[in-house]
Amino acid sequence: MEDIMMKSFKNNSMKWRYFKQSLFFGTVRFSALIIVLALGGILFYIIVNGIGAISWDFITKPPTDSMTKGGIMPAILGTIYLTIGAIAIGLPLGIASAIYLTEYAKQGRVIRLIKVGINCLAGVPSVVFGLFGLGFFVIFLKFGSSILSGSLTLGFLILPTIIGAAEEALKAVPQTFREASLSLGVSKWQTTFRIVLPNALPGILTGSILGIGRAAGETAPIMFTAAAYFTTKLPGSIFDEVMALPYHIYVLATAGTNIEATRPIQFGTVLVLVAVVLSIDLIAIIIRSYMRKNKRW
Amino acid sequence: MDSNIIIKLNKVNFYYGQSRALTDITMNFRKNKVSALIGPSGCGKSTLLRLLNRMNDLIDGTRVEGEIIFEDKNIYAPHIDPVEIRRKIGMVFQKPNPFPKTIYNNIAYGPKLTSMNTDDLDALVEQSLKQAVLWDEVKDILNKSAMNLSGGQQQRLCIARALAMKPDILLMDEPTSALDPISTAKIEELIEELKKNYTIIIVTHNMQQAARISDETAFFYLGNLVEYNKTEKIFTNPDVKHTEDYITGRFG
Repeated sequence: MEDIMMKSFKNNSMKWRYFKQSLFFGTVRFSALIIVLALGGILFYIIVNGIGAISWDFITKPPTDSMTKGGIMPAILGTIYLTIGAIAIGLPLGIASAIYLTEYAKQGRVIRLIKVGINCLAGVPSVVFGLFGLGFFVIFLKFGSSILSGSLTLGFLILPTIIGAAEEALKAVPQTFREASLSLGVSKWQTTFRIVLPNALPGILTGSILGIGRAAGETAPIMFTAAAYFTTKLPGSIFDEVMALPYHIYVLATAGTNIEATRPIQFGTVLVLVAVVLSIDLIAIIIRSYMRKNKRW
Repeated sequence: MDSNIIIKLNKVNFYYGQSRALTDITMNFRKNKVSALIGPSGCGKSTLLRLLNRMNDLIDGTRVEGEIIFEDKNIYAPHIDPVEIRRKIGMVFQKPNPFPKTIYNNIAYGPKLTSMNTDDLDALVEQSLKQAVLWDEVKDILNKSAMNLSGGQQQRLCIARALAMKPDILLMDEPTSALDPISTAKIEELIEELKKNYTIIIVTHNMQQAARISDETAFFYLGNLVEYNKTEKIFTNPDVKHTEDYITGRFG
């Protein structure tokens, strides 16, 4: 009799546990599903509305008829220039800062303060970076509204992301590699550049991809520092203004000559922007997988 | 200084922050001998080993008192470059730690970067691997990643890597504790062979190992050097009762 009672009690508790488990897994699955649906929904909406506007002329010709017709080629090129510029400035500076912070600086209160500062910088609204860029690069350093000013501003914008990613990647390189190298009588900076950095680069790139995407997509930092409202002229040097996709979208959607009529062009431009960001990410991912080939520990 | 003595410690104290890890260590290591450092965990033997090539410099907040004399100079004197010291005093670690590079580049890495005379890098690589009795196993796969080798092979590679710098002293920090008995035996044979040309100072937890391979043994306890004697003497008739208790397994 007691046996049977024990059994049914056990069965019940197993059922209850099983129920709790499915409830929990269900919640987690549902959350994941919502995210995928949201992302898929946005992409689907953009593609459906934007695909009609895409044509060879759209991506190779400049806008015409007060930007209500024609293509967006200057904006595509401008965004690519600005993104490459931002990477060229943000990546070396960010990696160098991270190397200093993790490999050289004596860990203590000052370094903790600097790290807090970097994290705060990551949370500063992008329009503040835009105003800083306007005040410092455009006006004070007299770079004007140009690719250079825009790249510098975007470079600083993505700096905290890159420093954070690089710090994590450098810390993930086993301490035993550093010890092995130093014990051979190899100097500290050689150890850093020959052993630590090569092994950290794939991780640095992973984190930097986020920053790159942000640099390509931001509007506020470039509207005062680099972006032209309209120009058919392609930039001849880094001191020229350029059109840029995010700013072009903003202009068409809020201040264009005919907002309703240009809806298809707006969606087309958004689609191109998404495609440009994804292609830049893809290039970074390919470089990373190439670098990872021989780096296993 | 007696020409048989290669490195000499004089009243060395070592601190991690406020806590003292080594107390008044005075001892001489003899040339072309194998000296074993034994003692329970936390007794300071690894700390002492890492003092000899200034690896403890890497840890923030450490402090050294006293002097360690190598080639008539105190290696902790202010003008001494630790990088120079480490070129002459190589080290093999507890866990095999090859670089994620090819076998060849693991060996060539140190000589290439330290502007050693590297006219014939290939010969140096071959010679080092032969000294570490690894050559026959890897001569056909020199361009494969060192990470694919077995643990024992990796450790011998690390020994070859240290030997390629042509050091005077080889420090070994429990080099076989992560290896199986067969690999351990190979490394012990290797140590026997190497002492003809090098001075070896080895930390070990394995007392049979100390008895098998070393000429001299130092027993440490709580940061103090309890006894330092010929290995034979330590293991048969130690001067200090404490040493005997440890060796016979009465504590530790």
